Amino acid sequence: MIPSTLEYTKATSLDEALAAVKAGARPLAGGMSLMPMMRLRLAAPGAVVDLGGVPELVGICEDGDEIAVGAMTTHRSVANDPLIRQHCHVVAQAAAGVGSMTIRNRGTIGGSLAHADPHGDLPAAILAAGGAVIVRGSGGERRIDVGDLITSYLTTSLAEDELITQVRLPKGAGQSAYAKFHRRAIDWSIVGVGVSIGANGVRAAAIGVGDRPMRLSAFESVLNGGGSLDDAIAQAGEGLSPLGDLDGSTEYKLHLVGVLAGQAHAEASSR
Amino acid sequence: MATTERLQSGGVGDAVLRKEDRKFVTGEGRYVDDLKLPGMLHAAFVRSSFGHAKIKSIDASAALAMPGVHAVLTNATLPVETGVLSASNPGGDVRHPEQAILAKEFARYVGEPVAMVIADDRYLARDAADAVHVDYDPVPVVVDAEKALEPGAPLVHAEYDSNLAKTLEHVTDGFADVLAKAPNKISLRVVNQRLTPMPIETRGCIGDWSNSTGEVTLYTSTQVAHFVRTFVSIVCGTSEAKVRVVTPDVGGGFGAKLNTYREEFAICAASKVVGRPVKWIEDRTENAVATIHGRDQVQYYEAGVDDNGKILALKFDAVQNNGAYNQLLTPSISHLTLFMVPGCYDIQDVSITIRQAFTNTTPTDAYRGAGRPEATHGIERLMDAIADDLGIDAAEVRRRNFIKSDQFPYASATGLSYDSGDYQATLEVALELSGYAGFEERRAEAATRGKYRGIGLSTYVEVCGLAPSAVTAALGIGAPGWEHSTVRLHPTGKATVITGTSPHGQGHATSWSQITQTELGIPFDDVEVIHGDTAFQPYGLGTYGSRSLAVGGIALYRSLGKVREKARELAAHLLECSVDDLEWTGSSWQVKGSPDRAKTIQELAYAGWTSASLPEGIEPVLEATTFHDPPNFTFPFGTHVCEVEIDQATGRVEVVNYTAVDDCGNVVNPMIVDGQIHGGIIQGLGQALFEETVYSEDGHMLTPTLVEYLVPSAADVPPMTLHRTTTPSTSNPMGVKGIGEAGTIAASAAIVNAAVDALSVIGVRHLEMPMQPARIWNVMQEAKS
Ligand SMILES: Cc1cc2nc3c(=O)[nH]c(=O)nc-3n(C[C@H](O)[C@H](O)[C@H](O)COP(=O)(O)OP(=O)(O)OC[C@H]3O[C@@H](n4cnc5c(N)ncnc54)[C@H](O)[C@@H]3O)c2cc1C
Repeated sequence: MIPSTLEYTKATSLDEALAAVKAGARPLAGGMSLMPMMRLRLAAPGAVVDLGGVPELVGICEDGDEIAVGAMTTHRSVANDPLIRQHCHVVAQAAAGVGSMTIRNRGTIGGSLAHADPHGDLPAAILAAGGAVIVRGSGGERRIDVGDLITSYLTTSLAEDELITQVRLPKGAGQSAYAKFHRRAIDWSIVGVGVSIGANGVRAAAIGVGDRPMRLSAFESVLNGGGSLDDAIAQAGEGLSPLGDLDGSTEYKLHLVGVLAGQAHAEASSR
Repeated sequence: MATTERLQSGGVGDAVLRKEDRKFVTGEGRYVDDLKLPGMLHAAFVRSSFGHAKIKSIDASAALAMPGVHAVLTNATLPVETGVLSASNPGGDVRHPEQAILAKEFARYVGEPVAMVIADDRYLARDAADAVHVDYDPVPVVVDAEKALEPGAPLVHAEYDSNLAKTLEHVTDGFADVLAKAPNKISLRVVNQRLTPMPIETRGCIGDWSNSTGEVTLYTSTQVAHFVRTFVSIVCGTSEAKVRVVTPDVGGGFGAKLNTYREEFAICAASKVVGRPVKWIEDRTENAVATIHGRDQVQYYEAGVDDNGKILALKFDAVQNNGAYNQLLTPSISHLTLFMVPGCYDIQDVSITIRQAFTNTTPTDAYRGAGRPEATHGIERLMDAIADDLGIDAAEVRRRNFIKSDQFPYASATGLSYDSGDYQATLEVALELSGYAGFEERRAEAATRGKYRGIGLSTYVEVCGLAPSAVTAALGIGAPGWEHSTVRLHPTGKATVITGTSPHGQGHATSWSQITQTELGIPFDDVEVIHGDTAFQPYGLGTYGSRSLAVGGIALYRSLGKVREKARELAAHLLECSVDDLEWTGSSWQVKGSPDRAKTIQELAYAGWTSASLPEGIEPVLEATTFHDPPNFTFPFGTHVCEVEIDQATGRVEVVNYTAVDDCGNVVNPMIVDGQIHGGIIQGLGQALFEETVYSEDGHMLTPTLVEYLVPSAADVPPMTLHRTTTPSTSNPMGVKGIGEAGTIAASAAIVNAAVDALSVIGVRHLEMPMQPARIWNVMQEAKS
């Protein structure tokens, strides 16, 4: 990697990290998205602050009817965590399918959400589960539903000086599963769909079909209105208009949404 | 069924572990980027971001103002004598447009180097390169070779009246009649897409020019150090005897490093300007545009076929995309396609026309298989189309067309003499091993799981072991095809082997040690193999075209024979007998039938060195050199059988079974041969399923990183069954044939044929590569509607 000149610091506490961010440093989590962007010089931060030494940001624990996941928790830890596997399987499954082992050992749940890649698996899974994030900045702490966090391509509603500190996953997400379609064995998703079947009905979200993770509202309303899975699959792509590109045409991606929503739903139901 | 048993004796035929691997698996390999010379500076290139543009001005003032920036060089200031030279001119009338080392007036493809920055470190060099302002005036672009040859297409080189670089033609007498009379005509259009070779180690070089002596040392990641030396002397204007090219460990090439590149010349010239060593290391994204691409050939077949499926006449018209310029061998690559158009089939009436076009894209050149995968893929698709059209089994149609085992040496319609072969033998073994006869049951079972299952064949022959020098000259290649070796025995009985081949993953240190053990009785571990430094090797040609064993290995074999014969004269002298009284035991010369009267090769090495008592006319030291010029190419062949399943819901193609029966004559190290076949198949699988280098119509590269350009990973490797038959080559005394490219040459057709067979149940008759899911799904939708 030959990035442009930058200043690097490693924070040892959350306060230190927040101060650095306020001073204009770009947070560095696992670096699995930020570093490729710096390599390509699509990102050229003058300073980065490494969050890897901040103890408050790591770890997974139960907190009332939610699971609190530190922003710096790696995909590997999320994938293997018994609590998440039990209560929010869709998220564990999505984390297990990210890239390769080396990527999962470094990439983090907070970084995935903050990066807001429209092909990122975690955002769709967390959206399907109905998760939220806790963020902190100079204005204090606030909670944002994941559906409101990611606003468009690589863009979030975080303020410049805010950090994601925690991801909150509901224990009541019910049965859930994530289905991903990709070309090679180890690859980004062309389309991915997370489905959860909880007390409040079916929630489904997809990536690869817009500039951010999208709720599959037609799919949800057919099933929540007592319709058949086949009808839900047939309507899964309604309202979506993914762009055709080297991965496939608009029609193909819409077709995949139905196939994957069906697969994820079937898998969730059988769990 | 494994072909490899781990024997450890270290002689020819043993699957001995590779002696070079320890340093690589422990991270002690030493590549260009590991080298640091005192006072070394770093270079970065400013590259065109347009497919075709006039360079109006270059403003380097901001870059030059950065502390630590030593120079910004452009076409006007880089001290070179000429542009990049091509060694290929088939027919003698190829258009060779000037390829200036840094773009002159126009940039003709995205990534073309326009300026060069020299700075204290690599980071600064890159920052400064970004600060060089080039004012471009974009002009019309053409990236597609067929479109480039249409009247009115934008001209890549305004000095010519069209984008035609060369037309290769070969028509046999009476062809038109034979085609006209054939009862069936079967046509097919096949696209062999553009690929990026993508070795793990990108290119890189260090130039170290001494202004006081005019000597230059170039450290470069190449397959062909000696070509580079010759061209550096010409381009940079110094005596060839003053140029030393050093090839440290090379992390893969696949043909991409069978070249001489602008950056190699520019780095030497830059070192001359700044008076210090200068290093350049290509980054991965730069590699995608700055290093040659492969393939990019569109083919039109028309076969005249009798009612039994026998091809009577074959017409082949193709358009080859040469890219913006001719690199070292660009015009010769599709020439190799021309030679192999008839494949392993007895077709004596052919008409072949290949038009080569310039386009606003990175130049294409040799990429694993170099012209032959194109030929094999096309003819193997055609064989299936014939089988399909006439309702004949795909294996049977091949049997009816094969050159028979009693027809060797076989004079092909394109002028080659195939050395040896038994094509049907590999086919029958492969059919047996792959369970071809029972396939329909597997197809039916897969259908119950929502999968279309298909089986496909690829029966191939290829031409390698490049090359007889008289032939390369006749083909318009300005370089010979021999190879060099020196064998030197030390007083301690150890051996140094110097080879002109240039291994970059092929295991020559191991194979050459095995040959030395077998031919001279020096133990495997006592042999050191030296390669890749023009200071140690007077001459050599390098590693490409599956030539190293069949040419360089034979050069070694002959030197070993010379040393053995010299040792014999010495032994006779010391044992006071005649040379005719001696017999070779494998490691010593002994008086026939008297094991107590013998001299081991080590004793003779010592005696040759001390020279206390030498026979009349014999010089000291057991050492010999050979320049071996092969009398012919070698022609490895085989049959690959692939089974795929295609997901009916998504169109994903998965290779579920792969059987390869290859024949490369006698084998030196079966494990290394297996490795070459495995790797070759995976590279062919990459082409069949994943890889494609794509340009937008306006010349932008749409696949510049490994996110878009999909290279198969270990997890994509299908189950493979390898087997071999052995038909020794008659082109050399070891009976060996090349195997470095065969897997790639065979694989793509087997995989595509299997996929077409899978979808034949819904009426699909042809598929293009790469067979990515979206493409297959579209085909399935069209077939169903
Ligand atoms: C080869 C490869 C394959 C991959 N495959 C997949 C895949 O299949 N599926 C998938 O979903 N992803 C994939 N990824 C991306 C991977 O999941 C990344 O880890 C993830 O997108 C970003 O997480 P990170 O921790 O690495 O964040 P970083 O790269 O460190 O940061 C990403 C962005 O988030 C910001 N940021 C990080 N942490 C915080 C925080 N706590 N608060 C505010 N902002 C923050 C950074 O400033 C930066 O802008 C792949 C990556 C690679 C390199």
